[in-house]
Amino acid sequence: MLKVTDAVVRYGAITALHGVSFEVEQGEIVTLLGANGAGKSTTLRMLSGLHAAQAGRVEFEGRDITKVKAHELSSLGIAHVPEGRRIFPQMTVEENLEMGAFTRKGSYGEDLERMYGMFPILKDRRKQLGGNLSGGEQQMLAIGRALMSQPRLILLDEPSMGLAPMIIDQIFRIIAEIRDGGTTVLVVEQNASQALRLADRGYVLENGRVVLADDADRLLVDPRVRAVYLGEEVSTEEPASSEIPSGE
Amino acid sequence: MSTEMRVHLRRWLSFFAMAALIAIMTGPSGSNNAPVQGLTQSFAQPYSYFGLFRAQRWMIFFTFALVALGLQTLWRRSGGGVRARTAVLRQGFEAPGRRRATVLSAVVVVALVALFIPHLISNPGIQSGIVEQVLAYVILALGLNVVVGWAGLLDLGYVGFYAIGAYVTAWMTGRLPIAAPFHHPVSSFAAIPVAIVFTMLAGVILGAPTLRLRGDYLAIVTLGFGEIILVFSNNLTNVTGGSQGTNPYIPSFTFRIGGLKYLFGNVGYYFLVAGFVVVTIVLFRLLEHSRVGRAWTAIREDEVAAESIGINPLKYKVMAFAIGASVSGFAGAVTASQIGVVYPSTFSLYFSVNVLTLVIFGGMGSIVGVIFGSILVQGIAVYLRFYPPSGYQASDLYMYLGALLIMMMIYRPAGLIPSRRRRREIYQAEDGIGHEGDVLLGEQS
Ligand SMILES: Nc1ncnc2c1ncn2[C@@H]1O[C@H](COP(=O)(O)OP(=O)(O)OP(=O)(O)O)[C@@H](O)[C@H]1O
Ligand SMILES: [Mg+2]
Repeated sequence: MLKVTDAVVRYGAITALHGVSFEVEQGEIVTLLGANGAGKSTTLRMLSGLHAAQAGRVEFEGRDITKVKAHELSSLGIAHVPEGRRIFPQMTVEENLEMGAFTRKGSYGEDLERMYGMFPILKDRRKQLGGNLSGGEQQMLAIGRALMSQPRLILLDEPSMGLAPMIIDQIFRIIAEIRDGGTTVLVVEQNASQALRLADRGYVLENGRVVLADDADRLLVDPRVRAVYLGEEVSTEEPASSEIPSGE
Repeated sequence: MSTEMRVHLRRWLSFFAMAALIAIMTGPSGSNNAPVQGLTQSFAQPYSYFGLFRAQRWMIFFTFALVALGLQTLWRRSGGGVRARTAVLRQGFEAPGRRRATVLSAVVVVALVALFIPHLISNPGIQSGIVEQVLAYVILALGLNVVVGWAGLLDLGYVGFYAIGAYVTAWMTGRLPIAAPFHHPVSSFAAIPVAIVFTMLAGVILGAPTLRLRGDYLAIVTLGFGEIILVFSNNLTNVTGGSQGTNPYIPSFTFRIGGLKYLFGNVGYYFLVAGFVVVTIVLFRLLEHSRVGRAWTAIREDEVAAESIGINPLKYKVMAFAIGASVSGFAGAVTASQIGVVYPSTFSLYFSVNVLTLVIFGGMGSIVGVIFGSILVQGIAVYLRFYPPSGYQASDLYMYLGALLIMMMIYRPAGLIPSRRRRREIYQAEDGIGHEGDVLLGEQS
């Protein structure tokens, strides 16, 4: 469905991605892992057209989207939830969701109801301003807004960032639900163990290169992954709630 | 009486009321000592030949009312559709209870005051001062509000478009040293749409490459644009007439129908421009709540998020910029025909700053605020011009306005009547909520 080949991205003199390649198949959850500065956000920004790739190729459903602009993606069927849950702070929850349907023609009332079914908390807060929501609620709103465009692929950049463990669990359950609803998911995470438990496959980025690519359950037990990304964890059997999300 | 009859009766009455209104609006001015005289003469004065008939003014207008009534019946039969799209205009009037009463009475009071002003002021200088310094500035401020208040772009070259609008009018009417585009110079009324198109194009041409720039760079580019236009209008003497201004006088608007001719004098201009103000308000109110308006809000609040949901920021910024530009050009065209001369000295940076001040003073993004802010500030300016306190000099005005603005920024930072959303943005930005980096520039991350 999505195929990235040898993508190179530079920020001035700094090369953030040195030829990254990976693939996402329809119906999968794929996770991109990596330490701070590995190039995860850069990859998503490149995919979503916010930053152009200097070399390489991105294909979506067989179509070259390397040069497609950020605002053109949503009508192609890709939704991007940028890092830092950028909701519209002075719009109400409902207005935020409605804005998500901006490129769609026709009515979206049904989808609005679907979002409220998926995120009951947003229904309670529908008249509240986005900026006054808690971090977790904002993340849900950002995801809900992205889903309003009825994407076939959704890109999530660190949805668990800075959230309490209980909320993270909830967000991850929702991600699974999104996939079950027929939308393919590419999720960037630092929270490696949880992301790998959720995902079908994973890629590990290091200094702008893919260093590991495998099925998620294999990566989860891979000694290299365990050493670098799960190193702080004493035992894999620990419930997720013992994890401290590494903020930025 | 059956409901149907009542509806009919209401329609008839409202049309004849409108005819009477137009009679008053186009009638002679009153005077301080006999304000009613203007009103009575509006009806009684024998006026003109209407086709073959010699008719009194009121007969002419009532004939128009009948025609309008017929047209309206046809329009109704041809279906609705407009109703749904203009729902936002009736919001206040159809709201329940107290809000409705407030809106209604506010509109009635404003309309009545506006209607009687030219009949209570007999000084023609003040009358035309109100038109060119207050009403025209309301339109100008409403246009800049689209750019600054809604799209969050700082435009310091607003005057450039005003100048282009004015010169296009002079050109179309054959008042420039260069030849008019048509063999027969057209009327200044016909110059209006041309001025709008030209300035809109100028807005697109200037905006498309520069609106990629971030807030402060954009301000500098637009500032430069305004100055370039000023230099051109001063120095391109064989095109613009230079600092001496255009020559001969640009004709005032005239209106001809049948054998009827109406030359817009001070009162005529007053009501005409007031009418333009109303049209501008209606259009912008629709715009504010349209898809485009929502896109502007989204871009202002978070440009990256706006892009991620499929909004092309550049497209909507250029749109806002071009709309602002064309409104400025429109005001330039109207004012040029009213004053009759286009002088480069009008087009200084101060002009742009003046209009920007009105927008900030009234409340960025708020139509009502911008209107009242402009009326108040510009009203004070006109008042001081005609009734200067002893020792007052014309340039003192800016000192007073500056002080007023500083007070406002301290006590009402969001403006006189802020828009609800804008006020929240400002206070939230103070608390560090949201991505709004700079309130005025609307610059993001
Ligand atoms: N706008 C920018 N200008 C210059 N360098 C940048 C820019 N954005 C990112 N970088 C650099 O590119 C590299 C990759 O950054 P990126 O944001 O993709 O990392 P990340 O994997 O998302 O990290 P994190 O987990 O902290 O979000 C880093 O070295 C970063 O400093
Ligand atoms: Mg990142």
